[in-house]
Amino acid sequence: MKGKLRELKLTVNGKPYELKVKPETLLVDLLRQELKLTGTKVGCLDSACGVCTVHIDGKAVRSCSVLALQANGRKVTTIEGVTDGDKLHPIQQAMIDHGAIECGFCTPGMVMSAKALLAENPNPTREEVKEAIQGNLCADEGYVKYIEAIEIAARVIRGGQ
Amino acid sequence: MIADFEYFAPKTVEEALSLLSKYKEGAKIIAGGQSMLVVMKQRLLTPEYLIDIKGLTALDYIKHDEKQGLKIGALTIHRAIEKSPVIQKHFGVLSEMEGNLATIQTRNWGTIGGNLCHGDPAGDPASVFIALNAKLKLASSERERIIDTEEFSKDYLEVALEPNEMLSEIQVPNPPPHTGTAYEKLMVMKGDMGIIGAAVSITLSGKGSVCQDARIALSNCSSIPLRAKKAEKALIGKTLDERQLTKAGEVAATEAAPTSDVHGSAEYRREMVKVFVKRVARLALERAQKA
Repeated sequence: MKGKLRELKLTVNGKPYELKVKPETLLVDLLRQELKLTGTKVGCLDSACGVCTVHIDGKAVRSCSVLALQANGRKVTTIEGVTDGDKLHPIQQAMIDHGAIECGFCTPGMVMSAKALLAENPNPTREEVKEAIQGNLCADEGYVKYIEAIEIAARVIRGGQ
Repeated sequence: MIADFEYFAPKTVEEALSLLSKYKEGAKIIAGGQSMLVVMKQRLLTPEYLIDIKGLTALDYIKHDEKQGLKIGALTIHRAIEKSPVIQKHFGVLSEMEGNLATIQTRNWGTIGGNLCHGDPAGDPASVFIALNAKLKLASSERERIIDTEEFSKDYLEVALEPNEMLSEIQVPNPPPHTGTAYEKLMVMKGDMGIIGAAVSITLSGKGSVCQDARIALSNCSSIPLRAKKAEKALIGKTLDERQLTKAGEVAATEAAPTSDVHGSAEYRREMVKVFVKRVARLALERAQKA
Protein backbone atom coordinates (compact mmCIF):
# COMPACT_ATOMS: atom_id res chain seq x y z
CA MET A 1 0.00 0.00 0.00
CA LYS A 2 1.21 3.47 -0.90
CA GLY A 3 2.09 5.82 1.91
CA LYS A 4 2.75 2.92 4.25
CA LEU A 5 5.58 3.55 6.67
CA ARG A 6 8.44 1.12 6.43
CA GLU A 7 10.82 -0.07 9.08
CA LEU A 8 14.40 1.05 8.74
CA LYS A 9 17.28 -0.17 10.86
CA LEU A 10 20.61 1.50 10.39
CA THR A 11 23.62 2.79 12.26
CA VAL A 12 24.44 6.47 12.07
CA ASN A 13 27.75 7.65 13.51
CA GLY A 14 27.99 4.46 15.52
CA LYS A 15 24.54 4.74 17.03
CA PRO A 16 21.88 2.19 16.06
CA TYR A 17 18.44 3.46 15.04
CA GLU A 18 15.12 1.73 14.44
CA LEU A 19 12.83 4.07 12.57
CA LYS A 20 9.69 4.14 10.48
CA VAL A 21 9.95 6.14 7.26
CA LYS A 22 7.97 6.94 4.14
CA PRO A 23 9.53 4.97 1.27
CA GLU A 24 10.15 8.10 -0.80
CA THR A 25 12.30 9.70 1.92
CA LEU A 26 15.79 10.56 0.74
CA LEU A 27 18.68 9.71 3.03
CA VAL A 28 19.61 13.40 3.36
CA ASP A 29 16.10 14.25 4.56
CA LEU A 30 16.17 11.44 7.08
CA LEU A 31 19.49 12.66 8.45
CA ARG A 32 18.56 16.32 8.63
CA GLN A 33 14.87 16.24 9.45
CA GLU A 34 14.36 13.06 11.47
CA LEU A 35 17.75 12.72 13.14
CA LYS A 36 18.47 16.49 13.25
CA LEU A 37 21.97 15.92 11.93
CA THR A 38 22.07 19.19 10.05
CA GLY A 39 25.81 19.24 9.45
CA THR A 40 25.10 17.53 6.15
CA LYS A 41 23.89 20.25 3.80
CA VAL A 42 21.40 20.30 0.95
CA GLY A 43 22.48 22.06 -2.20
CA CYS A 44 21.22 21.07 -5.62
CA LEU A 45 19.30 17.93 -4.55
CA ASP A 46 20.20 16.76 -8.04
CA SER A 47 23.44 14.83 -7.64
CA ALA A 48 25.54 17.70 -8.95
CA CYS A 49 27.09 19.64 -6.07
CA GLY A 50 28.31 17.02 -3.58
CA VAL A 51 27.46 19.09 -0.50
CA CYS A 52 25.32 16.24 0.88
CA THR A 53 28.19 13.72 0.77
CA VAL A 54 28.12 11.15 3.59
CA HIS A 55 29.61 7.68 3.93
CA ILE A 56 27.70 4.46 3.59
CA ASP A 57 29.81 1.54 4.79
CA GLY A 58 32.85 3.78 4.49
CA LYS A 59 32.27 4.90 0.91
CA ALA A 60 31.45 8.47 -0.07
CA VAL A 61 27.96 8.78 -1.58
CA ARG A 62 25.49 11.57 -2.18
CA SER A 63 22.75 11.37 0.42
CA CYS A 64 20.35 13.30 -1.87
CA SER A 65 20.56 10.45 -4.35
CA VAL A 66 20.00 7.48 -2.09
CA LEU A 67 16.65 6.45 -0.65
CA ALA A 68 16.78 6.27 3.14
CA LEU A 69 15.49 2.69 2.94
CA GLN A 70 18.49 1.75 0.82
CA ALA A 71 20.68 2.37 3.87
CA ASN A 72 18.82 -0.38 5.73
CA GLY A 73 21.28 -2.54 7.63
CA ARG A 74 24.18 -0.27 6.72
CA LYS A 75 26.53 2.05 8.55
CA VAL A 76 26.16 5.74 7.76
CA THR A 77 28.71 8.34 8.80
CA THR A 78 28.01 12.05 8.61
CA ILE A 79 30.18 15.08 9.36
CA GLU A 80 28.99 14.84 12.98
CA GLY A 81 30.65 11.44 13.18
CA VAL A 82 34.17 12.31 12.09
CA THR A 83 35.48 13.98 15.24
CA ASP A 84 37.07 12.00 18.02
CA GLY A 85 35.04 13.35 20.96
CA ASP A 86 35.83 17.06 21.03
CA LYS A 87 38.97 16.60 18.99
CA LEU A 88 38.61 17.59 15.36
CA HIS A 89 39.61 15.15 12.68
CA PRO A 90 43.03 15.99 11.16
CA ILE A 91 41.27 16.92 7.90
CA GLN A 92 39.06 19.43 9.72
CA GLN A 93 42.03 20.79 11.68
CA ALA A 94 44.12 21.15 8.52
CA MET A 95 41.31 22.99 6.74
CA ILE A 96 41.03 25.46 9.63
CA ASP A 97 44.76 25.95 10.03
CA HIS A 98 45.33 26.32 6.31
CA GLY A 99 42.40 28.66 5.71
CA ALA A 100 40.58 26.18 3.51
CA ILE A 101 37.27 27.66 4.55
CA GLU A 102 35.36 30.26 2.63
CA CYS A 103 31.66 30.41 3.46
CA GLY A 104 31.86 26.84 4.79
CA PHE A 105 28.79 25.51 3.04
CA CYS A 106 30.65 22.94 0.94
CA THR A 107 33.03 22.06 3.78
CA PRO A 108 31.14 19.08 5.29
CA GLY A 109 30.97 17.41 1.87
CA MET A 110 34.64 18.16 1.20
CA VAL A 111 35.63 16.63 4.55
CA MET A 112 33.60 13.48 3.86
CA SER A 113 35.09 13.04 0.37
CA ALA A 114 38.61 13.65 1.71
CA LYS A 115 38.08 11.25 4.60
CA ALA A 116 36.97 8.46 2.27
CA LEU A 117 40.05 9.08 0.14
CA LEU A 118 42.54 9.05 3.00
CA ALA A 119 41.00 5.95 4.57
CA GLU A 120 41.63 4.09 1.32
CA ASN A 121 44.82 5.84 0.27
CA PRO A 122 46.82 7.58 3.02
CA ASN A 123 49.42 8.89 0.56
CA PRO A 124 47.48 10.26 -2.41
CA THR A 125 48.97 12.15 -5.33
CA ARG A 126 47.63 15.60 -6.08
CA GLU A 127 45.67 14.10 -8.98
CA GLU A 128 44.05 11.60 -6.63
CA VAL A 129 43.10 14.38 -4.21
CA LYS A 130 41.56 16.34 -7.07
CA GLU A 131 39.64 13.29 -8.25
CA ALA A 132 38.32 12.64 -4.74
CA ILE A 133 36.79 16.13 -4.46
CA GLN A 134 35.90 16.45 -8.15
CA GLY A 135 32.26 15.89 -7.22
CA ASN A 136 32.25 18.62 -4.56
CA LEU A 137 31.57 22.10 -5.86
CA CYS A 138 32.78 25.20 -4.04
CA ALA A 139 30.99 28.36 -5.11
CA ASP A 140 33.87 30.41 -3.68
CA GLU A 141 36.42 28.65 -5.88
CA GLY A 142 38.38 27.63 -2.78
CA TYR A 143 39.67 24.47 -4.40
CA VAL A 144 43.44 25.04 -4.12
CA LYS A 145 43.33 25.57 -0.36
CA TYR A 146 41.16 22.49 0.03
CA ILE A 147 43.58 20.37 -1.99
CA GLU A 148 46.55 21.64 0.01
CA ALA A 149 44.76 21.11 3.32
CA ILE A 150 43.94 17.52 2.39
CA GLU A 151 47.59 16.93 1.54
CA ILE A 152 48.62 18.42 4.90
CA ALA A 153 46.07 16.21 6.68
CA ALA A 154 47.39 13.16 4.85
CA ARG A 155 50.88 13.91 6.17
CA VAL A 156 49.56 14.38 9.71
CA ILE A 157 47.64 11.10 9.56
CA ARG A 158 50.72 9.28 8.27
CA GLY A 159 52.57 10.61 11.30
CA GLY A 160 54.68 13.29 9.66
CA GLN A 161 54.37 17.03 9.95
CA MET B 1 9.23 15.85 -4.13
CA ILE B 2 9.19 12.19 -5.13
CA ALA B 3 5.69 10.80 -5.67
CA ASP B 4 4.85 8.07 -3.18
CA PHE B 5 5.04 4.41 -4.11
CA GLU B 6 4.84 1.01 -2.51
CA TYR B 7 8.29 -0.29 -1.70
CA PHE B 8 9.67 -3.80 -1.90
CA ALA B 9 13.14 -5.00 -1.02
CA PRO B 10 13.30 -8.61 -2.25
CA LYS B 11 15.97 -10.83 -0.73
CA THR B 12 16.57 -12.98 -3.80
CA VAL B 13 16.58 -12.60 -7.59
CA GLU B 14 13.67 -15.04 -7.80
CA GLU B 15 11.63 -12.92 -5.41
CA ALA B 16 12.43 -9.77 -7.42
CA LEU B 17 11.35 -11.47 -10.65
CA SER B 18 8.16 -12.75 -9.09
CA LEU B 19 7.28 -9.20 -7.94
CA LEU B 20 7.96 -7.98 -11.48
CA SER B 21 5.69 -10.68 -12.92
CA LYS B 22 2.98 -9.63 -10.50
CA TYR B 23 3.08 -5.86 -10.97
CA LYS B 24 4.50 -5.60 -14.53
CA GLU B 25 4.14 -2.07 -16.00
CA GLY B 26 3.22 -0.58 -12.63
CA ALA B 27 6.57 -1.57 -11.18
CA LYS B 28 10.04 -0.17 -11.65
CA ILE B 29 13.27 -1.65 -10.46
CA ILE B 30 15.68 0.58 -8.60
CA ALA B 31 19.32 -0.37 -8.23
CA GLY B 32 21.68 2.46 -7.23
CA GLY B 33 19.11 4.98 -8.43
CA GLN B 34 21.78 7.47 -9.49
CA SER B 35 19.92 8.21 -12.72
CA MET B 36 16.44 7.06 -11.74
CA LEU B 37 16.00 9.20 -8.63
CA VAL B 38 16.75 12.25 -10.78
CA VAL B 39 13.80 11.52 -13.06
CA MET B 40 11.64 10.51 -10.10
CA LYS B 41 12.35 13.86 -8.44
CA GLN B 42 11.28 15.54 -11.67
CA ARG B 43 8.17 13.34 -11.63
CA LEU B 44 8.93 12.17 -15.14
CA LEU B 45 8.74 8.73 -13.56
CA THR B 46 6.08 7.92 -10.96
CA PRO B 47 6.00 4.16 -10.42
CA GLU B 48 3.23 2.62 -8.33
CA TYR B 49 5.60 -0.06 -7.05
CA LEU B 50 9.32 0.25 -6.53
CA ILE B 51 11.36 -2.93 -6.35
CA ASP B 52 14.70 -2.19 -4.72
CA ILE B 53 17.33 -4.71 -5.81
CA LYS B 54 20.39 -2.81 -4.59
CA GLY B 55 20.84 -5.34 -1.79
CA LEU B 56 20.87 -8.43 -4.04
CA THR B 57 24.49 -9.41 -3.57
CA ALA B 58 23.98 -12.43 -5.85
CA LEU B 59 24.19 -10.03 -8.81
CA ASP B 60 27.29 -8.25 -7.58
CA TYR B 61 30.30 -10.00 -9.12
CA ILE B 62 33.11 -9.79 -11.64
CA LYS B 63 34.23 -13.14 -13.03
CA HIS B 64 36.86 -13.78 -15.65
CA ASP B 65 37.62 -16.99 -17.45
CA GLU B 66 40.21 -17.58 -20.20
CA LYS B 67 37.58 -19.41 -22.24
CA GLN B 68 34.30 -17.70 -21.44
CA GLY B 69 35.50 -14.14 -21.06
CA LEU B 70 34.26 -11.59 -18.56
CA LYS B 71 30.96 -11.74 -16.70
CA ILE B 72 29.79 -8.75 -14.71
CA GLY B 73 26.76 -9.00 -12.44
CA ALA B 74 24.24 -6.23 -13.12
CA LEU B 75 24.53 -4.89 -9.58
CA THR B 76 28.28 -4.39 -9.66
CA ILE B 77 29.03 -0.78 -8.80
CA HIS B 78 30.97 1.38 -11.25
CA ARG B 79 33.81 1.87 -8.79
CA ALA B 80 34.34 -1.90 -8.52
CA ILE B 81 34.70 -2.18 -12.30
CA GLU B 82 37.07 0.78 -12.37
CA LYS B 83 39.29 -0.73 -9.67
CA SER B 84 39.07 -4.42 -10.61
CA PRO B 85 42.59 -5.78 -11.28
CA VAL B 86 41.24 -8.41 -13.69
CA ILE B 87 39.37 -5.76 -15.70
CA GLN B 88 42.37 -3.41 -15.66
CA LYS B 89 44.52 -6.24 -16.98
CA HIS B 90 42.26 -7.75 -19.64
CA PHE B 91 39.63 -5.08 -20.43
CA GLY B 92 41.46 -1.85 -19.66
CA VAL B 93 39.03 0.20 -21.73
CA LEU B 94 36.24 -0.55 -19.25
CA SER B 95 38.27 0.69 -16.31
CA GLU B 96 39.30 3.83 -18.21
CA MET B 97 35.69 4.52 -19.17
CA GLU B 98 34.56 4.15 -15.56
CA GLY B 99 37.25 6.57 -14.39
CA ASN B 100 35.49 9.33 -16.31
CA LEU B 101 31.94 8.27 -15.48
CA ALA B 102 30.46 10.96 -13.21
CA THR B 103 32.10 11.29 -9.79
CA ILE B 104 33.41 8.91 -7.15
CA GLN B 105 30.24 9.39 -5.07
CA THR B 106 28.11 8.28 -8.03
CA ARG B 107 30.43 5.41 -8.90
CA ASN B 108 30.37 4.20 -5.29
CA TRP B 109 26.59 3.63 -5.36
CA GLY B 110 25.52 3.45 -9.00
CA THR B 111 25.51 0.07 -10.75
CA ILE B 112 26.52 -0.96 -14.23
CA GLY B 113 23.15 -2.61 -14.85
CA GLY B 114 21.24 0.44 -13.68
CA ASN B 115 23.23 2.60 -16.05
CA LEU B 116 22.43 0.37 -19.03
CA CYS B 117 18.74 0.02 -18.12
CA HIS B 118 18.34 3.79 -17.80
CA GLY B 119 18.89 3.83 -21.57
CA ASP B 120 20.46 7.26 -21.82
CA PRO B 121 22.25 7.49 -25.18
CA ALA B 122 24.79 9.81 -23.54
CA GLY B 123 25.82 7.05 -21.14
CA ASP B 124 29.32 5.67 -21.61
CA PRO B 125 29.07 1.94 -20.81
CA ALA B 126 26.68 0.95 -23.62
CA SER B 127 28.98 2.24 -26.36
CA VAL B 128 32.01 0.51 -24.88
CA PHE B 129 30.09 -2.76 -24.49
CA ILE B 130 28.92 -2.52 -28.12
CA ALA B 131 32.53 -2.05 -29.25
CA LEU B 132 33.52 -5.04 -27.10
CA ASN B 133 30.72 -7.13 -28.67
CA ALA B 134 29.18 -7.75 -25.25
CA LYS B 135 25.92 -9.58 -24.62
CA LEU B 136 23.30 -8.92 -21.99
CA LYS B 137 21.49 -11.59 -20.01
CA LEU B 138 17.85 -10.70 -19.36
CA ALA B 139 15.95 -12.73 -16.82
CA SER B 140 12.30 -13.23 -16.01
CA SER B 141 10.45 -15.80 -13.92
CA GLU B 142 9.71 -17.74 -17.12
CA ARG B 143 13.01 -17.66 -18.99
CA GLU B 144 16.42 -16.20 -19.59
CA ARG B 145 17.51 -14.70 -22.89
CA ILE B 146 20.74 -13.24 -24.15
CA ILE B 147 20.85 -10.32 -26.56
CA ASP B 148 23.55 -8.17 -28.16
CA THR B 149 24.14 -4.90 -26.31
CA GLU B 150 23.33 -2.97 -29.49
CA GLU B 151 19.84 -4.54 -29.53
CA PHE B 152 19.11 -3.34 -26.01
CA SER B 153 18.41 0.36 -26.51
CA LYS B 154 15.17 1.11 -28.34
CA ASP B 155 14.78 4.85 -28.01
CA TYR B 156 15.67 7.67 -25.64
CA LEU B 157 15.43 6.16 -22.11
CA GLU B 158 13.75 3.05 -23.53
CA VAL B 159 15.28 -0.41 -23.48
CA ALA B 160 14.24 -3.84 -24.72
CA LEU B 161 13.17 -5.20 -21.34
CA GLU B 162 9.77 -6.82 -21.17
CA PRO B 163 7.74 -5.62 -18.16
CA ASN B 164 8.58 -8.86 -16.31
CA GLU B 165 12.28 -8.86 -17.16
CA MET B 166 15.42 -7.51 -15.57
CA LEU B 167 19.03 -7.30 -16.68
CA SER B 168 21.08 -9.78 -14.70
CA GLU B 169 24.51 -9.99 -16.31
CA ILE B 170 26.83 -8.44 -18.88
CA GLN B 171 28.94 -10.92 -20.81
CA VAL B 172 32.05 -9.63 -22.53
CA PRO B 173 33.86 -12.12 -24.78
CA ASN B 174 37.64 -12.32 -24.67
CA PRO B 175 38.83 -10.22 -27.60
CA PRO B 176 40.38 -12.02 -30.59
CA PRO B 177 44.20 -11.83 -30.90
CA HIS B 178 45.62 -8.49 -32.12
CA THR B 179 42.62 -6.51 -30.88
CA GLY B 180 42.69 -3.06 -29.33
CA THR B 181 39.76 -1.10 -27.90
CA ALA B 182 39.50 2.50 -26.74
CA TYR B 183 36.87 5.01 -25.65
CA GLU B 184 36.99 8.76 -25.26
CA LYS B 185 34.37 11.42 -24.88
CA LEU B 186 34.32 15.18 -25.24
CA MET B 187 34.04 16.67 -21.75
CA VAL B 188 34.31 20.21 -20.45
CA MET B 189 35.05 18.82 -17.00
CA LYS B 190 36.25 15.33 -16.09
CA GLY B 191 33.23 13.20 -15.27
CA ASP B 192 30.80 15.17 -17.41
CA MET B 193 28.34 13.40 -19.64
CA GLY B 194 30.03 13.25 -23.03
CA ILE B 195 29.00 15.96 -25.48
CA ILE B 196 29.77 13.09 -27.83
CA GLY B 197 31.73 9.90 -27.21
CA ALA B 198 33.33 7.27 -29.44
CA ALA B 199 34.25 3.67 -28.72
CA VAL B 200 36.38 1.83 -31.28
CA SER B 201 37.61 -1.74 -31.35
CA ILE B 202 40.07 -2.84 -34.03
CA THR B 203 41.25 -6.37 -34.77
CA LEU B 204 44.28 -6.75 -37.02
CA SER B 205 44.86 -9.82 -39.17
CA GLY B 206 48.36 -10.29 -37.80
CA LYS B 207 51.43 -8.26 -37.05
CA GLY B 208 50.78 -5.84 -39.91
CA SER B 209 48.19 -3.08 -40.11
CA VAL B 210 45.49 -4.85 -42.12
CA CYS B 211 42.17 -4.49 -40.34
CA GLN B 212 40.31 -7.77 -40.01
CA ASP B 213 37.41 -6.44 -37.97
CA ALA B 214 36.27 -3.14 -36.52
CA ARG B 215 33.44 -2.10 -34.22
CA ILE B 216 32.53 1.54 -33.66
CA ALA B 217 29.84 2.92 -31.34
CA LEU B 218 28.93 6.54 -30.64
CA SER B 219 27.48 8.06 -27.46
CA ASN B 220 25.08 10.99 -27.46
CA CYS B 221 24.79 11.02 -31.25
CA SER B 222 21.28 9.60 -31.61
CA SER B 223 18.35 8.54 -29.45
CA ILE B 224 20.27 5.32 -28.74
CA PRO B 225 23.96 4.38 -28.42
CA LEU B 226 24.72 4.24 -32.14
CA ARG B 227 26.73 1.57 -33.89
CA ALA B 228 28.48 3.22 -36.87
CA LYS B 229 28.50 0.29 -39.27
CA LYS B 230 29.45 2.26 -42.37
CA ALA B 231 32.45 3.69 -40.61
CA GLU B 232 33.43 0.15 -39.60
CA LYS B 233 33.30 -0.86 -43.29
CA ALA B 234 35.65 2.02 -44.09
CA LEU B 235 38.25 0.24 -41.95
CA ILE B 236 37.64 -3.48 -42.48
CA GLY B 237 39.99 -5.09 -45.01
CA LYS B 238 42.09 -1.93 -45.31
CA THR B 239 45.65 -1.27 -44.34
CA LEU B 240 45.14 1.25 -41.61
CA ASP B 241 46.95 4.53 -42.00
CA GLU B 242 46.04 8.15 -41.20
CA ARG B 243 44.04 8.42 -44.39
CA GLN B 244 41.80 5.45 -43.53
CA LEU B 245 41.31 6.61 -39.97
CA THR B 246 40.31 10.07 -41.22
CA LYS B 247 37.88 8.43 -43.63
CA ALA B 248 36.28 6.42 -40.82
CA GLY B 249 35.73 9.62 -38.85
CA GLU B 250 34.14 11.32 -41.84
CA VAL B 251 31.82 8.39 -42.50
CA ALA B 252 30.86 8.14 -38.82
CA ALA B 253 29.94 11.83 -38.86
CA THR B 254 27.42 11.12 -41.64
CA GLU B 255 25.92 8.28 -39.60
CA ALA B 256 25.63 10.35 -36.43
CA ALA B 257 22.27 12.03 -35.89
CA PRO B 258 22.94 14.30 -32.93
CA THR B 259 20.63 17.03 -31.70
CA SER B 260 21.52 20.55 -30.63
CA ASP B 261 21.43 21.59 -27.01
CA VAL B 262 23.15 23.97 -24.64
CA HIS B 263 26.32 21.85 -24.76
CA GLY B 264 26.76 22.02 -28.51
CA SER B 265 25.00 22.30 -31.84
CA ALA B 266 24.31 19.27 -33.99
CA GLU B 267 26.83 20.58 -36.51
CA TYR B 268 29.54 20.91 -33.86
CA ARG B 269 28.80 17.46 -32.52
CA ARG B 270 29.11 15.96 -36.00
CA GLU B 271 32.46 17.68 -36.42
CA MET B 272 33.57 16.27 -33.06
CA VAL B 273 32.52 12.77 -34.14
CA LYS B 274 35.02 13.12 -37.01
CA VAL B 275 37.77 14.15 -34.61
CA PHE B 276 37.01 11.59 -31.91
CA VAL B 277 36.45 8.55 -34.14
CA LYS B 278 39.80 9.21 -35.81
CA ARG B 279 41.56 9.86 -32.50
CA VAL B 280 40.06 6.84 -30.73
CA ALA B 281 40.60 4.57 -33.75
CA ARG B 282 44.27 5.57 -33.77
CA LEU B 283 44.53 4.63 -30.09
CA ALA B 284 42.69 1.33 -30.67
CA LEU B 285 45.06 0.60 -33.57
CA GLU B 286 48.13 1.26 -31.43
CA ARG B 287 46.75 -1.07 -28.79
CA ALA B 288 45.95 -3.74 -31.39
CA GLN B 289 49.52 -3.58 -32.67
CA LYS B 290 50.82 -4.20 -29.15
CA ALA B 291 48.25 -6.85 -28.26
